[in-house]
Amino acid sequence: MKETDYTVISNTPLNASVYEMRLAGDNSAITRPGQFVNLKVTGKFLRRPISVCDVEGDSLVIVYKVVGEGTAIMSRYTRGEKVNALTGLGNGFDIDRAQGKVALIGGGVGLPPLYWLLKTLLLRGVKPTVLAGFRTAADEYYIDRFSRLADVKTATEDGSLGVKGRVTDLFKAGEYDYFFACGPEPMLAALVNTGMDGQLSYEARMGCGFGACMGCSCKTKEGAKRICADGPVMTAEEMRL
Amino acid sequence: MNLAVKFCGITLDNPVIPASGTFGYGLEFARLYDINILGSFSIKGTTLEPRFGNPLPRIAETPSGMLNSVGLQNPGAEAVARDIFPELKKVYRKKVFANVGGHDERSYVAAAEILAREDIVCAVELNISCPNVREGGMAFGTDPAVAARITSAVRKVVHKPLIVKLSPNVTDITEIARAVEEAGADGISLINTLLGMAVDRRTGRAITHVPHAGLSGAAVKPVALRMVHEVASAVKVPVIGMGGIENAYDVIDFMSVGAAAVEVGSANLVDPFACKKIIEDLPRALAEIGADDINEIVGRTDRCAK
Repeated sequence: MKETDYTVISNTPLNASVYEMRLAGDNSAITRPGQFVNLKVTGKFLRRPISVCDVEGDSLVIVYKVVGEGTAIMSRYTRGEKVNALTGLGNGFDIDRAQGKVALIGGGVGLPPLYWLLKTLLLRGVKPTVLAGFRTAADEYYIDRFSRLADVKTATEDGSLGVKGRVTDLFKAGEYDYFFACGPEPMLAALVNTGMDGQLSYEARMGCGFGACMGCSCKTKEGAKRICADGPVMTAEEMRL
Repeated sequence: MNLAVKFCGITLDNPVIPASGTFGYGLEFARLYDINILGSFSIKGTTLEPRFGNPLPRIAETPSGMLNSVGLQNPGAEAVARDIFPELKKVYRKKVFANVGGHDERSYVAAAEILAREDIVCAVELNISCPNVREGGMAFGTDPAVAARITSAVRKVVHKPLIVKLSPNVTDITEIARAVEEAGADGISLINTLLGMAVDRRTGRAITHVPHAGLSGAAVKPVALRMVHEVASAVKVPVIGMGGIENAYDVIDFMSVGAAAVEVGSANLVDPFACKKIIEDLPRALAEIGADDINEIVGRTDRCAK
């Protein structure tokens, strides 16, 4: 973990509520896809944990959805603004465990961490399929970017884009050997229940983001784990209680 | 500039003590800075049996503060003594305050006894004020007779300084303070969190799973200062002040109203280097008000002519 002052390079809406923020600063503590940064937000007491979407040199990309006052304030940041962050938080995905045919499964605002994960896997010679789910076509973002790098299958709950249904419907038994997933809790629970081998990135309201407050603990087969410090990535195996 | 203070016979290099529940068992922070610069620190509230705590969400943002409903998650006193203290000793050569929780008299006594016999423990901080556990916790700290009973029961088995941490969720905190002083407390720390609530505007539901949770952070500082002032005037034993301390100036405020030392809580969560910065800033902040020994400022509020 490191405390870093980033400078906003750009902050662009991708749809009505999802934004992409590009920041410049010291990324040296960020070592794995699936890690997150915890951002100080002007006028707010607690930091906002946001997953790392992409890292290249001193450039950091985060993609976030405006869900409340904190993220609304973030969405108004403009070029040149300073953002204090704790970086390199969380364990991140363990890509060495990927085997055979790999699916990257993202639901809604869970897609961003899969982007850098995809790039990292491709460099390793692993060619995953991306399964992306949204509520409706208007919620879609980043599909063009994922499509440039991999085969992408999309599902929407109302069928306005791709297959009608949930992203978990795209994940068919027998087609894949391993998965990496990030998305809402019911989606992750459904994937854990498939009995397949994989890794899941969880989200929680956090107090500190680095393991001090016990504000985001969850139960696993190996006992209580802190989503921020022992996670956010858990294996499907340890979540099958 | 002298920063050293004496509290219950213990000499602390400075009065800055990270508060229980915001500093874990020190290990996360030891990776960030040398925690030997601290006066001491109060370990995560520890109970006799391991506890998972409350369901998520346990955290909510509130104006200038936060709510938590962690519910004393900890691995249990035996595991702390056996597994965690040896790890801590590798990076920390000072002593800790053992914050002890419980759900009845017996469990308080047993947990305090286990932790107090550890050489790394210099004092026991009895938590009779946690608002996040259904049985015990705050219920013991809101009734003077019960608070006194738990204090004297633990007093019998703890032969190190015994500090009782008080709940602010009472009508008259001095009543509880006097009761635990009479029951044998060597010191008093306050305030634990204030009961509060936050609501999700879209759904109307409470944000934390346990709807009523503990409020902390800058928002509680004026309430905390008032209560520390009241208690420091009401008892003879030394008082540790806490509640919304974020910087060296806040430390000066709490000591001015009578605190002999301070605990820093939520600030550690937002800025993991908060205590380090406060300790580094204290000499300059004291110099600004013309003090050259931190002990000079303790209780100065009441020494000032109106």
